[in-house]
Amino acid sequence: MAEAAKTEVIKKKAGPAHPSGDKRFKLLEVTMKRHQFRSDALIEVMHAAQELFGFLEVDLMFFIARYLKLPPSRVFGVATFYNLFSLRPKGEHTCVLCTGTACYVKGADALLDAVEKLAGIKAGETTEDGKLSLVTARCLGACGIAPAVVVDGTVKGLETPDSLVQQLKGWLPNG
Amino acid sequence: MPRFEPVLLKRIDKPNSAALAGYRADGGYTALKKALAMAPDDVTNLVKDSGLRGRGGAGFSAGAKWSFLPKNHPGPIYLCVNADESEPGTFNNRILMEQDPHQLLEGIAIACHAIRSNAAYIYLRYEYGRSYRVLDAAIKECYAAGLLGENILGTGFKLDVRLHRGAGAYICGEETGLIESLEGKRAWPRIKPPYPAIEGLFRKPTIVNNVETLCCVTHILTRGVEWFKSMGVPPDPNNKRDQGSYGPKLYCISGHVNKPCCVELPLGVMARELIDVHGGGVWKGRKAKAVVPGGISMGFLSANELDTKLDFEGPGKVGCLGLGTAAVVVIDDQTSMVDVLYNCCRFMSHESCGQCTPCREGTAWMTKILERIRTGRGKLEDIDLLYEVANSMGIIPGTTICGLADGAAWPVKNAVTKFRGEFEEYIRSGRSSITPAQQLMAAH
Repeated sequence: MAEAAKTEVIKKKAGPAHPSGDKRFKLLEVTMKRHQFRSDALIEVMHAAQELFGFLEVDLMFFIARYLKLPPSRVFGVATFYNLFSLRPKGEHTCVLCTGTACYVKGADALLDAVEKLAGIKAGETTEDGKLSLVTARCLGACGIAPAVVVDGTVKGLETPDSLVQQLKGWLPNG
Repeated sequence: MPRFEPVLLKRIDKPNSAALAGYRADGGYTALKKALAMAPDDVTNLVKDSGLRGRGGAGFSAGAKWSFLPKNHPGPIYLCVNADESEPGTFNNRILMEQDPHQLLEGIAIACHAIRSNAAYIYLRYEYGRSYRVLDAAIKECYAAGLLGENILGTGFKLDVRLHRGAGAYICGEETGLIESLEGKRAWPRIKPPYPAIEGLFRKPTIVNNVETLCCVTHILTRGVEWFKSMGVPPDPNNKRDQGSYGPKLYCISGHVNKPCCVELPLGVMARELIDVHGGGVWKGRKAKAVVPGGISMGFLSANELDTKLDFEGPGKVGCLGLGTAAVVVIDDQTSMVDVLYNCCRFMSHESCGQCTPCREGTAWMTKILERIRTGRGKLEDIDLLYEVANSMGIIPGTTICGLADGAAWPVKNAVTKFRGEFEEYIRSGRSSITPAQQLMAAH
């Protein structure tokens, strides 16, 4: 009962989810409600927010902080601590290269070299036209198929620079 | 030697091995039934007697850990399942979770009964998307079948299992870091004591166990202590601190081998046998130069140490940190150890949580020194400098809160002592293994 009353108070105080009227904030509010606005659900809420918005804008983090009754510094601190939270918009497609030890000894560097050359960006960056983001990851737990690459969420193993370039070429203007 | 019959991996090749119906047809959840008929303390003692040691890396006795919980605590008591498998080279938990989630869930239920807990959290790394979907479906199946929730199997035992996903941080594998992360904070390890068994998640008594450890618990219940003790290596009578290494273990073999795989064997298999028999030998007919015995933070075995037994004590005898996660990464003789070590240090420096200065600065310095060597500007003194930095960070010299720094220091210490000649030769030759693209990567 007490929990429900608390939720009611938050609703009254907050009014509509977000002044911009963006429906995604409403969806995020529903997620937070499902977690009963508990502060320990912060990471789950931020995953939901990133799925909805693509990345974590400062405004979005303030929104989360207010609803979970946390200082904005805490939300920002968590966002910058974990690898998977992004404060910048991501490209339309992503290519994640594993640089774990097993992948490294099997030539992950050559893959990175090839993609960086092809796309003209460094690891951690997105092409200017927003088509491709290049990310390096710690061990993905796919050491049996090293070197492993994740292209748009699909794990692919035993890649060579040529096979990888073939897959990414279509997304790039100079490809 | 007769072929070892896998136990933990027994069901993985079956079609639809993740479904509850199949698991029950193979005798699943009888161990839970058996456990629920026993008193919680008896289950704990059984696990203690079996000599089961934690599979997550430290090798601490699982039963002993459970018995550290305060007696007659009013509760709640929590069980956290460490499924944040991030040690480079390790992928056994992923296979267990994706192919046989009910084996794990049964182990969780037994453990919760033993420690009188009604709530378990599975902390799963976010990268394991398939594990998440499989586990989520398996948990739902269990609730529907009355194997989770209220009144499990009609015994009045109540258990809720929640699946929590991380957000990508190596340090979440450290037990108190994991707890902090579950509470929705930065995964900063806590100062111990108090240990989690006294004050853990939400400041309540908490037990943190690895996925593989809990899977073993299921089989100890069904097959008994004698069966478990029939495998592995008994304690060394000359070493009082050796508790023995019993039971089956999943070894992950990757790197420069013909057949990278995950294989289940009794503890104490030789590194050479793993590579030659199970991994199909070193690729391209080359020889192994170095072998990582259990995830990179455990250090390196050199080529003439391949007859080391991979049990909890074996790697320690040849200067490695321990067995770790038993992830064997083979490095062939064409690969530069300077480059491999640089890869390790870069990883550790990125994943250091930044709380303790020796680790935050030390890992970064070691990376920078190796960067200098790799650009051909290294000095011979750099080798001793690397050793000095590595020797002054970690729990063992007593300068940090958690073991990440030890794990960062060990490969450095091992590499510069066991492969010193190669480092000297590299520096003297003044060559550089950096291509322009790698320089960009180093800048990242």
